[in-house]
Amino acid sequence: MYSSLAIAIHDAESRGLRLSAVALEAESRDNGRSVADIRQVLGRALAVMREAVSRGAAGDLRSASGLVGGDAAKLREGPAGPLSGTPFREVLMRALAVQEVNAAMGVIVAAPTAGGAGVLPAVLTGLADARGIGDDGLIDALATAGLIGAIVAERASLSGAEGGCQAETGAAAGMAAGAAVEMLGGTPSQCGHAVALAQQGTLGLVCDPLGGLVELPCVFRNATGSAIALAAIEMALAGIEFAIPADEVIDTMGQIGREMDVRYRETAGGGLAATPTGRRLARERLYQLKKG
Amino acid sequence: MVSILDIIGPVMVGPSSSHTAGACRLGLLARNLVGGTPQRAHVELHGSFARTGEGHGTDKAIVGGLLGFRPDDERLRTALEIAAGEGLAYTFSKTRLGEENEVHPNTVRITVERDGNTSVMTGSSLGAGRILVSEIDGFPVEVHANHHTIVLVAEDIRGSIARITTLLAEDGVNIATIRVSRRHRGGDAFMVIELDEPPGDEVRDHIKELAWVRWAVKLDRMTG
Repeated sequence: MYSSLAIAIHDAESRGLRLSAVALEAESRDNGRSVADIRQVLGRALAVMREAVSRGAAGDLRSASGLVGGDAAKLREGPAGPLSGTPFREVLMRALAVQEVNAAMGVIVAAPTAGGAGVLPAVLTGLADARGIGDDGLIDALATAGLIGAIVAERASLSGAEGGCQAETGAAAGMAAGAAVEMLGGTPSQCGHAVALAQQGTLGLVCDPLGGLVELPCVFRNATGSAIALAAIEMALAGIEFAIPADEVIDTMGQIGREMDVRYRETAGGGLAATPTGRRLARERLYQLKKG
Repeated sequence: MVSILDIIGPVMVGPSSSHTAGACRLGLLARNLVGGTPQRAHVELHGSFARTGEGHGTDKAIVGGLLGFRPDDERLRTALEIAAGEGLAYTFSKTRLGEENEVHPNTVRITVERDGNTSVMTGSSLGAGRILVSEIDGFPVEVHANHHTIVLVAEDIRGSIARITTLLAEDGVNIATIRVSRRHRGGDAFMVIELDEPPGDEVRDHIKELAWVRWAVKLDRMTG
């Protein structure tokens, strides 16, 4: 697999291919699986993503602690805001939906992780459905997202415990942005700018879940992460270029993660988890968990 | 090397790929070491596993893995209750397996016992469901479980690699990678063999029966 997005972009553009094509080629070569076989596995992941969106949108789930659940349904049915009727609102709704399923120990696709599992299905299926793009296009997009995630894993990290939330919802936003730009007709270079634009917007983002539970703020970080991805997609497709190459933005994320205090890496020792309300809720809810 | 399918996956029960899916896989590998559901298991949690494991269902996931449940099995939710019915008695403790910057934050040491056989495994959950087993029965190893893997310790004698690769070839499995190391000439040779296909139990037994093989384990592929 590639460890540099610049090299993947160069390979794709010099051969007139899309990033998904070079990604599938590399995956097939690495693991001796046919491209059709890999696409089939990605297709199953897509089906699970769609099920999680529907399951969460129903609005009847609560997390183990009861801290989160039911908010996706508010975006689906609740009062209108400035984004009502736009794919933007639909994407936010889907991000909450998948993450609410995750918090309730439902079945999701960790892409790249469970804590960041809402962004990719929300952005990709939300935009594909709005544009009438079918499963083949979505499967290609998942391959491109996988390529970007693999590069982040290689150069930085995909673990909140190692790199904070920038390595989870941040990486997911980069993956979703790059993949969606390809799905919507952008060039490989534009995909690279989308990754950089999304990832720069999440640099330094800490992982500070209340009581260490993947619930709060995780559910909402998936929605705001999706919003950052949408902003990056819009800018990249408009031809905006980010001066720092995606590889270097990813390296920076890794560096910041390594320098990040352990309190901000999923340990519930800092950030929102350490606020008076955060501590109180965690105390009450963990007690609930033990009792339940 | 990272695979796209590691990134877009696993399909899993929430809420955390490192604390739930990765933990489940580590439980499955510990189960491998004793060839089935252990009767007793002691689980020592280090770092973030110890601090936030409970809220992430790490306990349920490891016990579920020990019971043979995969990361996408919804029975993980109730694994702690199911364990007793399956004859598994488990205990948990929090521990410190090393310095903060030397040991991965999501690390666990699992001691399993089945039919009088005891095995100890230390492994880490690296994120996105990826895992690394770093020690088995006191031997330092490096197993990612992206392939079916055989790990063995043998006396350093001529032809040992040829003998083992022949046994595997006769079993019809293809070797993806093989790493051999030893501390000094004539010292124990350490082999990690990654395979494209699952080897049969007989081939592992044949390897174990070789007079100069001191120890061997077979670990299932956890991905794909």
